Amino acid sequence: MADVTMRLWRGDQDGGELVDYTIEAQEGEVVLDVIHRLQATQIPDLACRWNCKAGKCGSCSAEINGMPRLMCMTRMDQLPEGPVTVTPMRTFPIIRDLVTDVSFNFEQAKRVPAFNPGTVPADGFRMQQADVERGQEFRKCIECFMCQNVCHVIRDHEENKPKYAGPRFFIRYAELEMHPMDTNDRRELVREKMGLGLCNITKCCTEVCPEHIKITDNAIIPLKERVVDAHYDPVAWLGRKISGRKKRTADEAAAHRP
Amino acid sequence: MATTEHHSYDVIIIGAGGAGLRAAIEAKERGLKVALVCKSLLGKAHTVMAEGGVAAAMGNVYEEDNWKVHFRDTMRGGKMLNNWRMAQLHAQESPDRVLELEAWGALFDRTKDGKILQRDFGGHRYARLAHVGDRTGLELIRTLQQKAVSMDIDVFMECKILRLLRDDNGRIAGAVGYWRPTGEFITFAAKAVILASGGVGKSWKYTSNSWEGTGDGHAMALWAGAELIDMECVQFHPTGMVWPLSVRGILVTEGVRGDGGVLRNSEGKRFMFDYVADMFRAETAESEEEADKWYDDHTAGRRPPELLPRDEVARSINAEVKAGRGSPHGGVFLDIATRRSAEFIRRRLPSMYHQFMELAGVDITTTPMEVGPTLHYIMGGVRVDADTAATGIPGLFAAGEVAGGMHGSNRLGGNSLSDLIVFGRRAGMGAADFIEGASGEPTFSQAEVDAVIAEALEPFSRESGENPYDIQHDLQELMQANVGIIRTGAEIDEALEQLEVMKDRAANVAVKGGRIYNPAWNLATDLGAMLTVSTCVALGATHRKESRGGHTRDDFPKADPELGKVNMVLSQPQGTGVRGAVKVDPQPIPEMPEELKALFEEAK
Repeated sequence: MADVTMRLWRGDQDGGELVDYTIEAQEGEVVLDVIHRLQATQIPDLACRWNCKAGKCGSCSAEINGMPRLMCMTRMDQLPEGPVTVTPMRTFPIIRDLVTDVSFNFEQAKRVPAFNPGTVPADGFRMQQADVERGQEFRKCIECFMCQNVCHVIRDHEENKPKYAGPRFFIRYAELEMHPMDTNDRRELVREKMGLGLCNITKCCTEVCPEHIKITDNAIIPLKERVVDAHYDPVAWLGRKISGRKKRTADEAAAHRP
Repeated sequence: MATTEHHSYDVIIIGAGGAGLRAAIEAKERGLKVALVCKSLLGKAHTVMAEGGVAAAMGNVYEEDNWKVHFRDTMRGGKMLNNWRMAQLHAQESPDRVLELEAWGALFDRTKDGKILQRDFGGHRYARLAHVGDRTGLELIRTLQQKAVSMDIDVFMECKILRLLRDDNGRIAGAVGYWRPTGEFITFAAKAVILASGGVGKSWKYTSNSWEGTGDGHAMALWAGAELIDMECVQFHPTGMVWPLSVRGILVTEGVRGDGGVLRNSEGKRFMFDYVADMFRAETAESEEEADKWYDDHTAGRRPPELLPRDEVARSINAEVKAGRGSPHGGVFLDIATRRSAEFIRRRLPSMYHQFMELAGVDITTTPMEVGPTLHYIMGGVRVDADTAATGIPGLFAAGEVAGGMHGSNRLGGNSLSDLIVFGRRAGMGAADFIEGASGEPTFSQAEVDAVIAEALEPFSRESGENPYDIQHDLQELMQANVGIIRTGAEIDEALEQLEVMKDRAANVAVKGGRIYNPAWNLATDLGAMLTVSTCVALGATHRKESRGGHTRDDFPKADPELGKVNMVLSQPQGTGVRGAVKVDPQPIPEMPEELKALFEEAK
């Protein structure tokens, strides 16, 4: 087969540049295969993060011809003719070459108040398939963090990072809110501390999700509605007054641990 | 030498897949200071790739199911080489461990009455695998990960451990390794260490394993003076992808067959009916008609032969291809398209649909898949005490794929995820009990640490030397060709000779560039473990002159009842490393008590 040119970003925290490498194309290959062959033959120190090479672990996220994609699930023969440009995810600090420091996401994960079912029956929960399916959609997430990478709230706005959980964690909050057995109420927490209001539903996250999770329609919008109901709805306010039930404040939700 | 980053913990756990995470949760609940150390980011371990489900005799679909049936299936699947006590604990405790996952937030598929749904798998008498579509491993690792994070367990991500450290009395004292993102070295002092480092698949060419499967835990345990058992027992999963070449080896879940998929050769024949071993004849269907009734009602017919244990199916596929009845790319056909509706396939097997569509351009709802055996799992591993997961080294524990014994000579599908949570928990308990019973703080020698660091840095100092990728490539070719699914004495012996040559070559690798996230250097530091485990597999294989489970000798095609009573125990003098001479010592397997033996008599 003919040769293919790979235009790869090489560099570190101090800067870098696109460098062209040429290698023979092979049938049926994905971008990650070509990267691996380049490592084995031409650039042994080319930094690239990967694990399963089957679209299941979400390690090999990068921007391929400017679009966030998994390198292991992007077939070379489906890209347009000409050089294939591979650059690291832009929203996260560079470690080296195609590898970024994604610890922002692991820090956000620590802020999520865990699932809290209260008392658990000895022989397990009884839940209908229809009721678990909403959460199951969000639990398909492989944590590739491409939704975080593409989200304009933080992509070019470092200052928003401390106050914004991002789409990956909005689906986590939605999952917990929709879990039939969860007893916490994280609505105020999501509004006040996690920056849900900063999202203006441009659906970029949904577009890049390799698991085809409908992040905006099925998680963020319903979550925004629940937050609005909790915070502004006068009928709900009156209901709470009469029943004596209170919504949980952000701090109460954060402290509500199993 | 510059100062090395140092940490002190009660327990360090090496590996953050299912077993490591479950061990960390248990140790933390016991009030210990716990560090979880993993080569990749948290949540990316090989557990994430498990598809079909977690085996637990909950009886949600078939009330007749119970731990005794699961125990019996597991032992028979392992051709009775299993550590009976591990198989018993596993069968008894896995239902509670699955319910625990649900209490921590896992969302399994449901039965009509709202319980956890269970699916059929090879070698399991009843539908027993709790699952979430075909992404059960992801659900398991994410649940444990979220639980561990909520407990504030310290995680050292992208940190590779190079060597275990012992004190002068032989007790475990810690470990030394390096950060992949910086290349800086790190030491841990620990009162106990739990190995949960997974498998060895990366020494073979066609494998379902990720880059992490380099046998680090197996090798480090052996180097530190612990024993390994039955390393020749390696599982070739019958159904890996075979085309395109670049994805060869990627797993196709057994759930395809559990949900009605069948294997056909190039003549369209369901060939598995021709390969039913005597041991399974009484419970396997004789005709397609009988087999097809079974899917809807397990009492209306016997099991389809496609659902025999994995070793049986993998060998049969191999034989069909050898006989010239294979598919165009050297596999056989796995057909669910003609047997189930497109809607059913997309709902039950979403990742398989996705995987074939994107990687091979094949729509599995209309076209059969091409599949063939791929190296998937090692049954052999570190010799442990069943109840506590303790190894022979005081303070060192092992759980999950790195531990040996539980699965005998062949593992049943679904028994791995359950193994992780049952024995991960027990390793956490074992380590906590050990620490409570031990006194004093073990210390390691700084000179030993310095020697490990110096050795790790040698590849940078060589002006010329071998490319580590070339050695890895040659090792994978060698193990695939000579210590693969069907073995002969001469080929194994040749492999053992070649491995010694490769050890010389590995001692002469050169790496360019810096230490920051340098994959060539990272690979260079993996080669020692890969060569050690490859040697162990080959040595076990040359001594086990019989065919049993995942170990098939062309020159000894039958099981030998005498060899069925022994573990191949491997050891080497402490501190001799990758060049140490490995000794093979067959020792009797633990004897099963009479009341458990009776379960097999009844079944006859």
